[in-house]
Amino acid sequence: MAFNLFKNKKKDKPVEKKEAQNDIFSKLKSGLSKTREILTTDINDLFLPNKAIDEDLFDELEELLITSDFGIDIAMDMMERIKTKAKSLSNANELKQVLKDELISLFPDLDENAKDNTLPKPYVIMVVGVNGTGKTTTLGKIAMKYSSRGKKVLIAASDTFRAAAIEQVEIWAQRSNASIVKHREGADPAAVAYDAVEAAMARGVDVVLIDTAGRLHTQKNLMEELKKIKRSINKKLHTAPHEVLMVLDATTGQNALSQAALFDEAVNISQIALTKLDGTAKGGIVASIANKMQIPLTYIGVGEGIADLQEFDAKRFINALFD
Amino acid sequence: MFENLSDRLDSVFKKLKGHGTLNEKNIEDGLKQVRMALLEADVNYRVAKNVISDIKERALGQEVMQSLTPGQQVIKIVNDEFARMMGSSHQGLNLEGKTPGSVMLVGLQGSGKTTTAGKLALHLRKEGKKPFLVPVDVYRPAAIDQLKKIGNQLDVPVFQSTTEMKPLKICQDARMQAREQGYDTLLLDTAGRLHLDEELMAELEGIKKGINPSEILLVADAMTGQDAVNIAGSFDKKLDLSGVVLTKMDGDARGGAALSIKAVTGKPLKFIGVGEKSTALEAFHPDRMASRILGMGDTLSFIEKAQEAVDQKDAKALEKKLRKNAFTLEDFRNQMKSVRKMGSIKDLIGMLPGVNKKQLKVLNISDKEFNRIEAIINSMTLEERAKYGIIKGSRKKRIAKGSGTTVQEVNKLLKSYSQSMKMIKKFNKGGMRSLKSMLPF
Repeated sequence: MAFNLFKNKKKDKPVEKKEAQNDIFSKLKSGLSKTREILTTDINDLFLPNKAIDEDLFDELEELLITSDFGIDIAMDMMERIKTKAKSLSNANELKQVLKDELISLFPDLDENAKDNTLPKPYVIMVVGVNGTGKTTTLGKIAMKYSSRGKKVLIAASDTFRAAAIEQVEIWAQRSNASIVKHREGADPAAVAYDAVEAAMARGVDVVLIDTAGRLHTQKNLMEELKKIKRSINKKLHTAPHEVLMVLDATTGQNALSQAALFDEAVNISQIALTKLDGTAKGGIVASIANKMQIPLTYIGVGEGIADLQEFDAKRFINALFD
Repeated sequence: MFENLSDRLDSVFKKLKGHGTLNEKNIEDGLKQVRMALLEADVNYRVAKNVISDIKERALGQEVMQSLTPGQQVIKIVNDEFARMMGSSHQGLNLEGKTPGSVMLVGLQGSGKTTTAGKLALHLRKEGKKPFLVPVDVYRPAAIDQLKKIGNQLDVPVFQSTTEMKPLKICQDARMQAREQGYDTLLLDTAGRLHLDEELMAELEGIKKGINPSEILLVADAMTGQDAVNIAGSFDKKLDLSGVVLTKMDGDARGGAALSIKAVTGKPLKFIGVGEKSTALEAFHPDRMASRILGMGDTLSFIEKAQEAVDQKDAKALEKKLRKNAFTLEDFRNQMKSVRKMGSIKDLIGMLPGVNKKQLKVLNISDKEFNRIEAIINSMTLEERAKYGIIKGSRKKRIAKGSGTTVQEVNKLLKSYSQSMKMIKKFNKGGMRSLKSMLPF
């Protein structure tokens, strides 16, 4: 998302400190404030109250959308609609509201009722994505989140491929006080997942997190393997997995569309986590994905700390950033 | 890689070639399309703008207008500009001078530094160097273990870092140990970090100052979007990079990051990572890549791969056998094996000029087919491989069972083998003329 774009460029204002970390918005802003100095364009600069609505402004806006990785399709589409609406507007400030509405409308409306707290037990979340997006780290943070709420968490070390992946997830299990089901390196990942769900059912675990190996979405055989993992989970527990979470790196460009499409085709993604938003990348492509495929963005990662994995709510988020 | 980009450019060029004469309007329309294609491929907005205006200036100049084939001329200009953007010929690692030399790998989290370290170690050993892997990532859980395991797999020594050590100290101690034990190239695998992280960037500067590495390579993900220029720019500003390694090029990323990084930092793209295997690292040839993007094939890389995979002596022996009509199923299997060493069949075909990338996508040639053929031949006795004529009903059944295939598949293989044998015989008898008679036109 164009999160990083919307902050005010107030250089005189001190960077938010950690004491405010209980408040979600200040946390977001502090994550984003790191980027403040790097940004060359800022949305609020575009919308200075007495700035005229002209071709130059449209050009700047187009550049902003494209450099935020929204992608050509959405950028062009949005420019078209904004230009039409702009005819009846008198100043840039009003245009700002139009843009804000357009941005919010990109995200699918989440059914608030779906967010109830009675999760099925065990609640199985399968984590997928290409190499190096931060699957294991995201999974570790989710584990911490649930166990801090008093839930019993179990992690399946189904990345049996990458060197030391099992050790990495083991460290997260220790940190989050979760139990772990693992086989040796090179073992069948589907068998690990199956055993994990079985163990979770026997031990009365609340949340099962399945870590899978990173794979490029174009590798047919590896995508087949992913399907097999899902099937084996489903074999043990017919309602599972309850969520398939795709972890996406915010620095990714247009390729993210292809990633989402192919992962969705293979295992039906139900949620997206966008990581590494604390850098200079804007991750705009996730808006395209959310819009085209109607998959909600559930988590955003804005830093290395445990609390830096946050639940995403488009409306509140964009509002907060525009203020 | 680059497939989608070249598909897009293909259609633009076809249109351009269709015009007998070019005027400012149709050149501009064409270039607009090129710009879109570049942006869709994640070429940075500013970089795309600049290259388009350069191309336009030249295309509207005399060299095109006076040409008899203006469309071709524009394509040539685009090719030139792309090649210029990416730099000229391949630049390898520069490890002259100090012993031990060191190669420092830096980049964001998850860009593939540790995997690349392993691949580079293998590459250096092939070149007769004695690499020493040094895990400097003391932050990410199990990062040190990962490199140690990779070192074990490749049989390359790894410095025994621990998470309690300071990164600079690790590098210094590793260098001392390398001197003592005669390793000539250190591969410093640093922790992934954001280019905005002052503290961690300072740590890298400290290592640079303390070790003075011969190469500082930025490892970046080929799928990176518009942010590639910010990332590369910041790392370069702090560390004065010597080059770039682009990873995960085996996906369907359109490679715009490659174009942008070079344009912004001016630093050469030295290697590309093309797979999960430790051998999946390729030297990057900018000039060849430009023609690959434009769909003109990369014959040079194809030939090089063939030379690497095929032993010259074997090739001579094979030629003799072919001439004497003594090409057995065993030879056939060996031949297939060495071709497959060159990479996936699809990649190989993709390198040839004139191959339509779209058709290739639909074709979906599976390397599995070859596994089955190999299995069938492996299930034959040596006698059967030499004299395929003796393979009758019960032998076929046995072979099918042994290879986990069906009798039909065994038949299919034998049929195509006997047909090619007939061709070879005819060829040996009458040379090129007889070959011509076999062609359907």
